[in-house]
Amino acid sequence: MESATNAATVNYLTAGHTLKSWLLTKDHKRIAILYLLSITVFFVIGALYALGIRLELLTPEGDFVSSDAYNRLFTGHGIIMVFFVLIPSIPATLGNFLVPMMIGARDLAFPRINLLSWYLYIAGGILALWAVLGGGVDTGWTFYAPYSTMASNSSVVLAGVAAFVAGFSSILTGLNFIVTIHKMRAPGMTWFRLPLFIWAHYATALIMMLGTPVIAITLLMVVLERALNLGIFDPRLGGDPVLYQHLFWFYSHPAVYIMILPAMGVMSELMSAFSRKGIFGYTFIALSSLAIAVIGFLVWGHHLFVSSQSVYAGLVFSLLSYIVAVPSAIKVFNWTATLYRGSISWEPPMVFALCFIGLFLIGGLTGVFLAATALDVHVHDTYFVVAHFHYIMVGGAIVMFMGGLHYWWPKMTGRMYPFPAAITAALLTFVGFNLTFGPQFILGYLGMPRRYYMYPEEFQVLNVLSTAGATILGLGYLMPMFYLPWSLKYGARAGANPWGVKGLEWESPSPPPTENFPETPIVTEPAYTYVREQEAEVV
Amino acid sequence: MWSELLPSIFPASASTFADQVDHLYAFLVALTAFFTIGISLAALYLAVRYRRRSPDEVGHPIHGSMALEVTWSIIPLLIMLVIFGWSAALFMTISRAPSDAFEVTAIGKRWMWKFQHPSGQREINELHVPIGQPVRVLIGSEDVLHSLYIPAFRVKMDAVPGRFTSLWFEATEPGRYHLFCAEFCGTNHSGMIGSVVVMTQGDYQAWLAGGVTQGPPEIAGRQLFEELACNTCHFEQDAGRGPSLVGMFGSEIRLEGGQTVTANEAYVRESIMNSQAQVVEGYAPLMPSFQGLISEEGLLQLVAYIRSLGGTAESTTAGAAR
Repeated sequence: MESATNAATVNYLTAGHTLKSWLLTKDHKRIAILYLLSITVFFVIGALYALGIRLELLTPEGDFVSSDAYNRLFTGHGIIMVFFVLIPSIPATLGNFLVPMMIGARDLAFPRINLLSWYLYIAGGILALWAVLGGGVDTGWTFYAPYSTMASNSSVVLAGVAAFVAGFSSILTGLNFIVTIHKMRAPGMTWFRLPLFIWAHYATALIMMLGTPVIAITLLMVVLERALNLGIFDPRLGGDPVLYQHLFWFYSHPAVYIMILPAMGVMSELMSAFSRKGIFGYTFIALSSLAIAVIGFLVWGHHLFVSSQSVYAGLVFSLLSYIVAVPSAIKVFNWTATLYRGSISWEPPMVFALCFIGLFLIGGLTGVFLAATALDVHVHDTYFVVAHFHYIMVGGAIVMFMGGLHYWWPKMTGRMYPFPAAITAALLTFVGFNLTFGPQFILGYLGMPRRYYMYPEEFQVLNVLSTAGATILGLGYLMPMFYLPWSLKYGARAGANPWGVKGLEWESPSPPPTENFPETPIVTEPAYTYVREQEAEVV
Repeated sequence: MWSELLPSIFPASASTFADQVDHLYAFLVALTAFFTIGISLAALYLAVRYRRRSPDEVGHPIHGSMALEVTWSIIPLLIMLVIFGWSAALFMTISRAPSDAFEVTAIGKRWMWKFQHPSGQREINELHVPIGQPVRVLIGSEDVLHSLYIPAFRVKMDAVPGRFTSLWFEATEPGRYHLFCAEFCGTNHSGMIGSVVVMTQGDYQAWLAGGVTQGPPEIAGRQLFEELACNTCHFEQDAGRGPSLVGMFGSEIRLEGGQTVTANEAYVRESIMNSQAQVVEGYAPLMPSFQGLISEEGLLQLVAYIRSLGGTAESTTAGAAR
């Protein structure tokens, strides 16, 4: 292992320095870096949109921008963050980098398709930027018909095509992961020896492949109705607007699991690694990922409790939504139990992981409020919903993206970053996040509808708190954008296994060579087999 | 009750089920606090208690416990089922208007709410209702999706173009409360707001008397019925090319093909706008579609007229009488 530390002469980063060597690379690790850079760009743009929203909402009057501009701000924020940040965030960067490494493979099954996925993502991204920065889109990221098809005077067609194209990137990534996990595991890497990160990505890939085509077709139908007056959703043309909502949420609810399942996978890795201990309840965590993926496809109707959906359908969707909560609860209990009698280090990724526990609990449990039909009637389409899904998507998915990035950064770059700065960033994120979105739960229950440009005065105090929190949150995100690039040049060299943890990816040098492993590893034990010294002597 | 104790986190409570919704909410808040604080503190405690003492230290090999797994699967499931049952029962109450509710119509139109009372009184962005009286609001939309939301009553229902929806409430506290559009509808979405004014029965009657009215909506509906020449086929007796509509509303109707349907607002709407879809048994599908010829308001007036022709569940249907 010591020799691996010094073998950092040729690695995937130094294997070629030209722009062409990056843009035409078939190396999953380089593609992961391409994704990381492009997702960061989109994240910054999406965050600037959020800043615009929060500034407008500082006062009850509409004074910072016009109402049409405001509608374009929250729509742009949603489209960019959902389709171009959250959905690809963990799978396309950490997943791309780690799925082959964790199973002992040289690359994904289809390296060229992997590169194609990135180009599709970029093509969709450019179209989306053209749409939101050019004419702007004012439908909300949900594109609800018939507003999107008959009323909106904005770049709906372009945005729809953008999401359509980006969808194929997601489908192909899912395909690549499924085939890779089935066919390219190293000798001895049986299904129940797989790291839980892999189980989570397998479940995610299933949703990507089965769900994404539905949203692609749905958005295409919006485009067709808008451009050619084909009557699908607009009742004046004989269509049904509620059909749109069914189709949209058939994908977009599972899409939430595309965002959170990989985060759960990262969480499992972090809890085991920073406790230096086998994960508690491996099988339950692994299978709960699959359960979430399957049941997650059956709950979309909980977005339609007040959309004139049948009351009885509402009850069935409510019940199924409660059932999908159980596997998530199982995971949280197992993560916590993993800490028991572990050897816990308070290094930065672990701080992110502990923050995640609190945020994910709030996010998950407030989902229980929304699945409660009678309560949802009141809080549906209010700030309560806005707060809930930000707790899951940002408090859950983005916090774990940051946690994972801080955990595997030494592997990806070969460098360590300054720990005090990283821990400060994690805590700022935690405090800022709660201050931003905590007040929005109260706003929602008080009745403030979402997507409101102006609001009654009594809601101002909570909105000011929220904007104040957002500035702290912004600082928490800004810090890593400095110390992580800084570490590339000035950070201490990491060595192959700086955390002293288990996992095939840590057996390869940091950064890994292009072929990942000098020789195909042979796996002889389950994931997370930590052996204490006294026991090792007995064996 | 809750709203008085904690005015800053509970909205005004002014309907019969507002407090019931608040109770469910308070229970869930307590549940969330219990699990969030409990598990977070447990995790923090464990993370400190078992902090790493030496750089090479490794945790104990504990891999799981079937008993614990079963426990923490079953307990959350049971809690979830209890919440499901609680909220489902309340949802059924909120979803089904009592039969003695009087009916107000609401039309969402970018960017205003138009209301009409049974007596014919109209208002825009303001809705006056009496306390102690169930009120059913029949909702339509003239353009895109809207959603009628009255936080103080804890009720909300989308206005969906192309169909009728409804919500109901029984107000309990006189006062003026917010009325919002909760479904994004474009430029002035956040300006599509107004007030619900809850009045005592006496004040409400006085308010009704003070307004100008062209008469109840069924009068206009009857006029429209004649203008559109509906009466050339739908006679008072069953002698026309179409079934008589007298006594039809609310009854069970047999359709061509043997199905039955309840003649409610949705059925009347469908029969006018998409007349070939549900043809009454024994009649030829001769009726043209009126799609695009009648405004949302006109439809509501026609419904009011047809309802005024009487009809309860026990009356024989026009079709079945043949």
